[in-house]
Amino acid sequence: MEAVINIPISQTAKESVTAEQMIVFEDVSKFYGEILGVNRVNLQIAPGITSLVGPNGSGKTTLMNLMTGLIQPTRGRVKVLDYSANDPEIFFRKVGYCSQFDSFPAGHTGYEFVYSYLRVHGYAKNDADRMTARAIERVGLTEAAKRKVAGYSKGMRQRIRLAQSIAHQPSVIVLDEPLNGLDPMARAEAIRLFRELADEGLHLIISSHILHEVNKMSDRVIFIKEGYIKAEGEVQGVRNELEEHPLQIVVRCDQPSFLATKLFAEPHIVEVHIHDDRKGLFVKTRNTDKFYDLLNRVVVTSDLNIETVATVDNDLNAVYHYLIGARQEGE
Amino acid sequence: MNAVAIEAPTLGSGWSLWRRQIAGILRLEIKKNFLSKRALPMYLLAAIPVVIMMMLALFDRGMRRGVRTNFAEAMIVFSNLHEGLILRTVIFFGCAWIFMNLFRGEVVDKSLHYYFLSAVKREVLVVGKYLSGLIASCTLFLLTTAGALFFLYLPRGVQANLDYIFNGPGWAQITDYLGITILACVGYGALFMVIGLFFRNPIIPALFVYGWEWLNFLLPPMLKKISIIHYLHSLVPVPVNEGPLAIIGEPTPQWIAITGMLIVTAIVLFLASMRIRRMEIHYGGE
Ligand SMILES: Nc1ncnc2c1ncn2[C@@H]1O[C@H](COP(=O)(O)OP(=O)(O)OP(=O)(O)O)[C@@H](O)[C@H]1O
Ligand SMILES: [Mg+2]
Repeated sequence: MEAVINIPISQTAKESVTAEQMIVFEDVSKFYGEILGVNRVNLQIAPGITSLVGPNGSGKTTLMNLMTGLIQPTRGRVKVLDYSANDPEIFFRKVGYCSQFDSFPAGHTGYEFVYSYLRVHGYAKNDADRMTARAIERVGLTEAAKRKVAGYSKGMRQRIRLAQSIAHQPSVIVLDEPLNGLDPMARAEAIRLFRELADEGLHLIISSHILHEVNKMSDRVIFIKEGYIKAEGEVQGVRNELEEHPLQIVVRCDQPSFLATKLFAEPHIVEVHIHDDRKGLFVKTRNTDKFYDLLNRVVVTSDLNIETVATVDNDLNAVYHYLIGARQEGE
Repeated sequence: MNAVAIEAPTLGSGWSLWRRQIAGILRLEIKKNFLSKRALPMYLLAAIPVVIMMMLALFDRGMRRGVRTNFAEAMIVFSNLHEGLILRTVIFFGCAWIFMNLFRGEVVDKSLHYYFLSAVKREVLVVGKYLSGLIASCTLFLLTTAGALFFLYLPRGVQANLDYIFNGPGWAQITDYLGITILACVGYGALFMVIGLFFRNPIIPALFVYGWEWLNFLLPPMLKKISIIHYLHSLVPVPVNEGPLAIIGEPTPQWIAITGMLIVTAIVLFLASMRIRRMEIHYGGE
């Protein structure tokens, strides 16, 4: 198992955040009998939006269930803002969790669903009414609130569950694939809401497969695969980190084999594949600058015609594929 | 929409908080479990003894005559029906259904995590759920017992009944039967809540308990006491004959029967709390 790529939190963030404001995993492992859930997780998560990214079965939900006490760690300790889920009366005033279970208590309308659990928290009638109305408004479901949840669409169910998890105004909100089932409009709305909550100083931990959106909304990202944390840090930091790793570039040109022979001579080139249509090639390099220098020299000194040059690795997608996707094929 | 966080109202702590939380749990449970369509079989079960007594009172001439001429004899018949049908069958299976489903039903529905993610101690959750079952079962089976008694008394006419109830043993008998019904719900409720929590498939232990309770009259006095029906049996105002094979143990005094049952219930609630405290949410794997 290779080392975790650890990108330090930026200086400003580090100074302003104390342990009481962090979500802390201390050497946490979870086994389901023989099956590994997550292993040896050490994390310190500051306020803002933190995305949890990884393929199916990588341990995202396990990590979130551990964070909220729905399951107990086999080893290690989890603290959220210095509270433990073993004291739910205090803990869940601070923490809200929108899980991946798309299920509801029978027979409730959207409004009653949110309202009922606020009463379980112990809120008086008036307070519960006010908080319910506000949460439902925040997810844009006011119109449908009086209808039975059983008649909701998938996206509406997702939104009413989101409302339920934020209704008691927690400072830490854990969201397991909250954009699942939302149409593009609702997605944009939800992301705007997450940003708004993060700007209020809240912690948001969001798991997702949709990297484009992770890229847009996250302050920080944690990559997880097969139960191990593969990389964590600020989105920008993760991108910079990549520069020390092979970068993938696609070149479309009229003489790919000629270009390939030139490239093979260079030590920073890791891999070259000529496209099947023989009108381009795929390059992996450890040094982008040297690659572009070389490309320029070849173009100037030969009759090579280049159509396009594109890096594949210019956003989180690349990080993801580098850390998770590519290796998955290689294994 | 503004971005200014509004402070959540304070919740307080201690008994006043727990009282409000239990009220919240009762609200949700009663609505979910007892005011929904799925409660229908339970209502039908609860109606059976009343319907039987009603049929007898309205259509069985022999019974009508018996009630008018020899009420003591009729009370013995009723006492057997109360113990055999109401206590051992209707309340037994009614409580099994209600209390085993308190947690198990939410695992099946995949909705237990909403409780576990609320700012409620799991012990408070156990008490709240148990009380919700108790309120539902007591309401229902008190109606059953009262309904059955009503049709027992009916053929005697108003004057004879008023006389029997207010100048005779009637009032004490009625309150005894109703009290025993409550106690049966308390005891069977606690028992089945624990069975529902500790067994993967609770049907088998439930059937075992059913057999144990029926064969209780054959057991030696020591073993008799490990049962709920034994205590209920000791409290019945009109004794029920257990048949020629019965092994007669010394009857348990009323105050021991009642406090014993309450203590056992407290222990059982404690066990349930321990279990629920450690419980993890794995809906898929079960
Ligand atoms: N209750 C369970 N019993 C046994 N194994 C489990 C259980 N829950 C999770 N696992 C296993 O733990 C690993 C991590 O699962 P987890 O649900 O955390 O993944 P995930 O990243 O959330 O996946 P997805 O993207 O599909 O939601 C998987 O190998 C899974 O099979
Ligand atoms: Mg998951």
